[in-house]
Amino acid sequence: MAEHILLRHRAIPGLDQFDTYRQNEGFVALRKAITSMDPDDVTNEVKASGLRGRGGAGFPTGMKWSFIDGHNWPHYVVANADESEPGTFKDREIMEGNPYQFLEGVAICAYAVKANDAYIYLRGEFWPIAHKLDECITEMEAAGFLGEKVFGSNISIHLHTHLGAGAYICGEESALLESIEGKLGQPRLRPPFPPAVGVYSKPTIVNNVETLTNVPFIINRGAAWYKSMGTEKSPGPKIFSLSGCINRPGNYELPLGTTFRELIMDHGRGIPGGHKIKAIMAAGASSSLIVANDEALNTPMDYESVPQLGAQLGSASIIVVDDSVNIPWLINKTVHFFKHESCGKCTPCREGTYWMMHLTERISHGEATMRDVELLHDVASQMKGKCLCALGEFSIEAVLSGIERFPADFESVTAKSNA
Amino acid sequence: MNALLEKYPDEIKVILAKYPTDRAGKRSAVMPLMYLAQREDGHVTKDAFEQIAEICEITVTEVASIIGFYSLYYDEPSGKYHVQVCTDLPCALRGAEQFLENLCENLGIKVGETTPDGKVKVEAVMCLAGCDKAPMFQVQSPEGLEYHENQTVESALELINKLRQG
Repeated sequence: MAEHILLRHRAIPGLDQFDTYRQNEGFVALRKAITSMDPDDVTNEVKASGLRGRGGAGFPTGMKWSFIDGHNWPHYVVANADESEPGTFKDREIMEGNPYQFLEGVAICAYAVKANDAYIYLRGEFWPIAHKLDECITEMEAAGFLGEKVFGSNISIHLHTHLGAGAYICGEESALLESIEGKLGQPRLRPPFPPAVGVYSKPTIVNNVETLTNVPFIINRGAAWYKSMGTEKSPGPKIFSLSGCINRPGNYELPLGTTFRELIMDHGRGIPGGHKIKAIMAAGASSSLIVANDEALNTPMDYESVPQLGAQLGSASIIVVDDSVNIPWLINKTVHFFKHESCGKCTPCREGTYWMMHLTERISHGEATMRDVELLHDVASQMKGKCLCALGEFSIEAVLSGIERFPADFESVTAKSNA
Repeated sequence: MNALLEKYPDEIKVILAKYPTDRAGKRSAVMPLMYLAQREDGHVTKDAFEQIAEICEITVTEVASIIGFYSLYYDEPSGKYHVQVCTDLPCALRGAEQFLENLCENLGIKVGETTPDGKVKVEAVMCLAGCDKAPMFQVQSPEGLEYHENQTVESALELINKLRQG
């Protein structure tokens, strides 16, 4: 890609410094929005850009903003910086390298939805990043870009960081809102959705860090410019977090619609140790396992194409799995994760992940029969569509797809115990 | 009166100012206050439970439930330093499980145990968003959290020995 939009710090040293950021198109969009645009114009521009939520769901961002309930006040904005999906490490790089662009995006969102306060919810492990963001916010306030009377207007925008404390579930937006309120991070029953009833029961827009970091460039350079990148239905750049069995792991900012092959073989320089690629997880541990054949490798990574492989793009956390990896071992890892992180509120997830873990333990240790594999498939299938939030639903993705798409791996482990 | 308030008046003022001034807003301070309370000893004492409850206008039981739910809060002493190695899938694919096992073997402890001098607890944790730089771990200490990435058993041992001397 010719120009980085999100990971600009890679080309511009010191972009995490106020002055350097300011000299590189910094705060131009925020000034433009507040001094020359109506809040609704801002929302409409974001709508026209086609920007879709980068946290995983891919929901149109401008449309979400337009859903804010205008009859109930005050409004809030919440930036989801809880990044905890195994395989996802993009928001961390944005906030470390390009923090002001992210904060500018939060402030523009606050202006668009007429919120005076915005919370940035970071996972507890990002404590040093929160400290850094606090310093950035202080600098922006001192310059008159945040706080009271922003750019001399009557608008006031206050940003606050809030640290989580080690709970994956708080990345789920309604659990995150509970957590800000000082409660257990457990998801709410929805509807109502946050734009109607959010934090402190007030209308709230929750967006991912990467989503908000796109916003300053959309306002500054316009929706038409933004749409020139990516595909028609999935416009713009995306950060792909590449990890697992790969020569060059890391974050890659590429247009949506780039193929798996280009990311894995060109940018990631292929599979180490002379191994062959076996499977791809496109949405971190929450993914279905994609059989890494030619068809899959040639598939564009966008919100429309990946589902045709029986998977989701999610947060675009691409975990590469090579032919040395045994799928029963892999699903045992992912199921352990979800069992540990299940919040315990709804029965299908709490009990389902518990029983799946017992089965995957037995299966991965070669102590199970094919009947146990069938039972595991059965338990996972019973959870489908019955969990309160996506955590439970995602916990079965690798299990079901693993059993269905890699049957030989299960036959070989169960054969051991049958012998 | 309230020992926590007396000890950290300025910090608590800043924390409370982030949230609405009503009762719902005060409750939001429970998580930041918990970090404050465990800053010194690495864990939240029973007395601090009550002090936090008083500031946030919630019950001691509610404070206890927060400690129980979130994994970065501790209600009992367990080593000044926590070396927390991620062994989730992406890290495991890059050898994190073997790394953790070898590290503990060298320290003469099992995973999840504390070194005999009571200073360093080594444990496996869930994803820390450092997947591309595995093996990696975080060190949790009274000074805060620090990431250590692209580690070898040798580099990790060197660091841990430094922590044990400090």
